[in-house]
Amino acid sequence: MNRRVLVVDDSITMRDMVSFTLEGDGFTVLQAADGIEALAVLEQRGVDVVVTDINMPELDGIELIKAIRALPDYGYIPVLCLTTETEAQTKELARKAGATAWLGKPFEPDVLIGAVRRVCL
Amino acid sequence: MADQGSKTERLEVLRATFFDECAEQLTEVEALLTSVGQEPGGLDAEALNQMFRSVHSIKGNAGAFDFDRIVEVSHALEAYLEGIRSAEVEVSDRTVATLVDGRDLLADIVERTKTGQPIEEDACASFMSQVNAVSSIHASGTSEGDADEVEEGVDVGGEPEASVMQVYTIKFKPTARLFETGNDPLIIVRELRLLGDVTVTASLDLLPSLSALNPVESYLVWTFTLVTNASREDVEEIFEFVADVCALRIETGEAAGSKSPVRRPAGGLKKPPMQPPPVKASAAAVPPETIDVEEVPVQRAPSAQAATAVTDPAASAPAPAAQLPQKITSVRVDLDRIDTLVNMVGELVITQAMLEQYVEAHGLSGGETFHRGIETMSSHMRDLQEGVMAVRMQPVRTVFARMPRLVRELSRKLNKRVKLTLKGQDTEVDKTIIELLSDPLTHMIRNSLDHGIELPQDRVAAGKPEEAEIVLAADQRSGRILIEISDDGAGINRERVLAKAVENGLVQSGVELLPEEIDDLIFAPGFSTAAEVTDVSGRGVGMDVVRRSIQELGGRVTVISDPGRGARFVMALPLTLAVMDGMIVRVGSERYILPLACIVESLQAADGAIQTVMDQGRYIHHRGEYVPLISLADVFSAGHGDTQSGNELIVFVETGMGKTLGLRVDALLGQRQVVIKSLEENFLRIEGVSAATILGDGRVALILDVESIEEMIEPIGHKRTAAASLAAENTQEIAP
Repeated sequence: MNRRVLVVDDSITMRDMVSFTLEGDGFTVLQAADGIEALAVLEQRGVDVVVTDINMPELDGIELIKAIRALPDYGYIPVLCLTTETEAQTKELARKAGATAWLGKPFEPDVLIGAVRRVCL
Repeated sequence: MADQGSKTERLEVLRATFFDECAEQLTEVEALLTSVGQEPGGLDAEALNQMFRSVHSIKGNAGAFDFDRIVEVSHALEAYLEGIRSAEVEVSDRTVATLVDGRDLLADIVERTKTGQPIEEDACASFMSQVNAVSSIHASGTSEGDADEVEEGVDVGGEPEASVMQVYTIKFKPTARLFETGNDPLIIVRELRLLGDVTVTASLDLLPSLSALNPVESYLVWTFTLVTNASREDVEEIFEFVADVCALRIETGEAAGSKSPVRRPAGGLKKPPMQPPPVKASAAAVPPETIDVEEVPVQRAPSAQAATAVTDPAASAPAPAAQLPQKITSVRVDLDRIDTLVNMVGELVITQAMLEQYVEAHGLSGGETFHRGIETMSSHMRDLQEGVMAVRMQPVRTVFARMPRLVRELSRKLNKRVKLTLKGQDTEVDKTIIELLSDPLTHMIRNSLDHGIELPQDRVAAGKPEEAEIVLAADQRSGRILIEISDDGAGINRERVLAKAVENGLVQSGVELLPEEIDDLIFAPGFSTAAEVTDVSGRGVGMDVVRRSIQELGGRVTVISDPGRGARFVMALPLTLAVMDGMIVRVGSERYILPLACIVESLQAADGAIQTVMDQGRYIHHRGEYVPLISLADVFSAGHGDTQSGNELIVFVETGMGKTLGLRVDALLGQRQVVIKSLEENFLRIEGVSAATILGDGRVALILDVESIEEMIEPIGHKRTAAASLAAENTQEIAP
């Protein structure tokens, strides 16, 4: 089955880069420009992994992670944070919210692919 | 998989996207700075945040393309903004000017990078020192964080480290909460394998009997033995994110013998510049240091200890990127092969129908067993059909998912408030059609937003809620996929459309057109002119293009407009090959199939129920309505069968648009599951017919398309007017 990844970031360039990288490895990538849209896409189901930015307007990444964990079907979905944030405090918050792992921006394509593959069960 | 050619194209597109987005971000910052004016007081937190975010975004993206200068300058600007935000930088009347300079410089550098011109180094240097002079923030070069991160990533199959090989013995017991963070012991193992050889042992001691098992509880305890020359920190880092949701103990020992250098593969999640807090420091419910099996409050299994050892062969290959071979869970199949399969199954269904027919026709009494066998076969056939078709089908949600963003961006651009509602996203459409749907849908939504939906103030003035609603709905009916885009806007401006059509020579001035005909003009080729340019990339998006694309897909699109209340675009797309439940009807000596899904009911007309309206045809009074009556014999010149009038057999069908038609037939021959064969592929497109099939006796029967049948007889408008006037007449008669 084709793995479906949802990438959430307010920058279209970043979303397209993630799409490009992961699609090159055979993933199907869905995009959402913000947390609200992300939740809408998730409600349609069929997403295996979420890759999200932290700093986003409206619904930030941390809040989004909490919201995802609260969705009935997504309690166990891997959520990777892809962000320029390096604050330990932010990482802590993300972890407490239920994030699975953390990746820095800008990302090396191989690293992103590796990380996404590893969290796919 | 993307071949080299299109990969290059995509990279080009990515690059273009980056510059486009940069331009947008820079314009936003400019607008913000303009509104702030020369008043430093206008630099409130909100404005600063927005500017910071834009510049930060540019920096982040530029880093991915290695546009160093852009990164440097945007970093300086970012640092300056942060300084203002955190009050470290004193705000003076120079502040805004500096920001403007910075933004302009950045815009210039971006432009030069895009067009390949050399950067003005002096300007850069002068701005940097300007910023440095004002703030104490380190503004030169890339930030520490970024540099480290980029370096980490570049550490690819690097120099062999001659450091000592160590053996880490890791005892790991996840709590149930670990799974709730989307994590899994398997993921941990994969991470560990990136560092070296891993031997995994699982203890099943705590595993209760099946009846006592709580599926969301965690009962297994793992021992990982990792041989690697990585540091203890590297190992701990793997568990960093699960620190509070597991019990963990790491012991270090020296590996026996082997001191040979092992290339450290790249990978693992990025280490942040700041050291992660050591595992023991995190406040865990279970103290991470001790991990005694007895202490864990889980029911002990009565069975003896069973340790399963999984020896892991060397996974740290010398390849630069340590990518593990994945289990094969999917295959790529040529669409052609699937088509062949679908065809073969279709033939099977037809053959099965022939068998059934033969048995019936010859009154063979195969007995219970035989008939049951046939029934079972039918049911299997159906499953097989559905299964094979499902391979090609995809839910429309993949296409719909792109729409909310489109609506959001466009509505922002047009200063309109719009809400998009999606329905029927599970509706499945053939894969080949899915991709081709995106453009027409986009165009139609754009059209709705551009022309249909009014500005908020106009809506309020018209007594409507400020926020408009667009509903995008998909459904499968009568063997077709129906996709509707409806809005509660102003509908089609008929005067303007008519005037434009006359202007463009599509319609002669003075000709009277029905409202529906005017509405349909928007699809006419040549209707939209260059004046239609409204989207970012500057392409003209005309509805004629949309209609043509949909027709090429074998479908049709129409619009229903309610002036002042809104408009509805309805797209009907065919399922080129499908099995459909149909009703076989006889007309004259021919047999036709009506999709069962669109049949409402059938009856013999009561005396006097049928009325003729001069020049307009016949109508039948049915459930309080006057329904247009169409004789299929006339439509297809199949000759009249038996009766002429009275007690005619009428089948009431519902079109995709919800209108009811009465079709006169000679006989109903029964329900059957039929395989749809496309006429266009094999023959020609025929009006009134959506496809064909082969019946059990081997003869071809045409499957009728109720919508186009109506249109064949009369233009739409006349029928409705006639029906309405009939209704009015008769209501008057009934009134006392």
